[in-house]
Amino acid sequence: MASAVPSEYTNQVVVTDEVATFSPEVLAEIDAHLAKYPPERKRSALIPLLLLIIQRERGYVDNAGVNFLAQKLDIQVSDVWETATFYSMINMHAVGKYHIQVCKTLSCRIMGEEKITEHICNRLGIHAGETTPDGKFTVSRVECLGSCGTAPMMQIGFDYHEDLTPEKVDRILDSLK
Amino acid sequence: MEIKAIGCEPLQLKRVHLENSHTLKVYQDNGGYASLRKAMNMSPDAIINEVKTSALRGRGGAGFPTGMKWSFVPKDSPKQKYIVCNADESEPGTFKDRYLLELDPHALIEGMLIAAFALGSQNCYTYYRGEYNYLIDIMEEAIEEARKANLVGKNILGSDFSCEVYTHTGAGAYICGEETALLSSLEGFRGHPRMKPPFPAVEGLYASPTVVNNVETLTAVPQIIEMGGEAWRNLGTEKSGGTKLWSVSGHVKKPGVYELPMGYDDMEKFILEDCGGMWRADKKLKGVIPGGSSVYIMRADDVIGKKVLMDYEGLVAAGSLVGSGGFIVIDETVDIVDSTKNLTEFYKHESCGWCTPCREGTDWLVKIFNRIATGGGRPEDAQLILDLVDNIEGKSFCALGDAAAWAIQGAVKRFPEDFKPYLSGQKTTSVEPEAQKF
Repeated sequence: MASAVPSEYTNQVVVTDEVATFSPEVLAEIDAHLAKYPPERKRSALIPLLLLIIQRERGYVDNAGVNFLAQKLDIQVSDVWETATFYSMINMHAVGKYHIQVCKTLSCRIMGEEKITEHICNRLGIHAGETTPDGKFTVSRVECLGSCGTAPMMQIGFDYHEDLTPEKVDRILDSLK
Repeated sequence: MEIKAIGCEPLQLKRVHLENSHTLKVYQDNGGYASLRKAMNMSPDAIINEVKTSALRGRGGAGFPTGMKWSFVPKDSPKQKYIVCNADESEPGTFKDRYLLELDPHALIEGMLIAAFALGSQNCYTYYRGEYNYLIDIMEEAIEEARKANLVGKNILGSDFSCEVYTHTGAGAYICGEETALLSSLEGFRGHPRMKPPFPAVEGLYASPTVVNNVETLTAVPQIIEMGGEAWRNLGTEKSGGTKLWSVSGHVKKPGVYELPMGYDDMEKFILEDCGGMWRADKKLKGVIPGGSSVYIMRADDVIGKKVLMDYEGLVAAGSLVGSGGFIVIDETVDIVDSTKNLTEFYKHESCGWCTPCREGTDWLVKIFNRIATGGGRPEDAQLILDLVDNIEGKSFCALGDAAAWAIQGAVKRFPEDFKPYLSGQKTTSVEPEAQKF
């Protein structure tokens, strides 16, 4: 399985001097984030920019995106990596077009998370933590997503899917093109 | 899923069932922003006094008196002051803030503005957990509506009070619910907690005086201003004022967000009647984790027939804590070793790594539980686990270590019969890979 997955899905960070470039619309969006913080505290925008801009525009946090942020926020490249590597939603390498994150913590666990994960993995032919060879789906098990009253649940991208059953999971996955 | 008040008039849940409850029009048609107008005609000290009188305690989990927290902010500081709303709701079992943010965002804006007016702040930030991305869009819309109505921004309602409200996203880290870690994260750093003192009230965001309050705490503020601190406190008990939201999950027929008066008189009735009873009628109650995963688990026999009062003092007397009100109901099908192992994985994953007792301790807990789960249990392991958590509790840099210790301690001490077959190596359970980081 692993050999069929392109190298960008592995854990290697490719070090380059390349600095990412963005369209004027995206640059305006970045400036809107920066405007929320005092001018001398630009670093505050780092996590929103990593999660909402770099990851959306470049698929994952790559070296060129990090170089861009370091320049934009007047901080060191290592400062960006230091913060980026701490947060579980910030991806250091590519994930599938649809990132399926199944909540594994207590309330979901006792309401049948295992069956849901097993069903998804069987259907896609991969284990949790892997990406399908076509790059369409990544499955991961994550800690509590704050949807305990509607357990079991999963998040695909930013979308919540709650009160899951295997049938409901099938309908959701069928709807993803 | 149920969202309703029991034993009291809905206050926090007053508007959530109205159509378009998230809009300014519906909010204002139902009394919204009247408290802000009232507060702006009060002196800052009078506002803080009302909040003190109300006996409102922080609803995020620590239960610190809110009025006292506000009064720690130095009045004479020349620095900019900040109001930060903690919407990093990540305690397992807790999802109340999510529904407030989705269905009643203006209540939070109003609460933050009243706090800002009382404390002389011109900037409010709401720190959302990264997963709650869709709620940020709802809040941004609400802020824009409020701005157009001159409720946010410059010269609010024609006065000389100006205040901005901003949203900010985290990116997946339980530790950022700890107020100083949240501030580190809001400044663009790793979510490491900071040494206290100085407390955030003196040196918080950007080393300026800062108040960090949970969503439910801030949405209670307009209610307190509206009805007066004393009337609000009288809804609950002398020491635990007002009403509280409980997020009910697990094996009940009607999980959901319930608003109860503080001091609601019977936990057994709450589970078996108000929440619809056990999910599967033939399965008995085994235990309850009443305040989010970090508090002591209670055995069914400490709940059934014991008239446990649901407030800060009542739960302490019953051997647990209110915490964040993440109420997880567990039936007899659940193996407590398996459920506790699940929590050790959570705390290991979420330990920020800053201090040794928590980082190493939670890692060892997972190792021990995995060994026990795979048939390697030894009779002395129960004591080993208790010794280990004793070396985390009170020795870690922030409360995450205590939380991990309490969750595990309670299970080992109170469910010895579940551990026994594992500790003689006779029973095993599944071991799965931990949550991944990409």
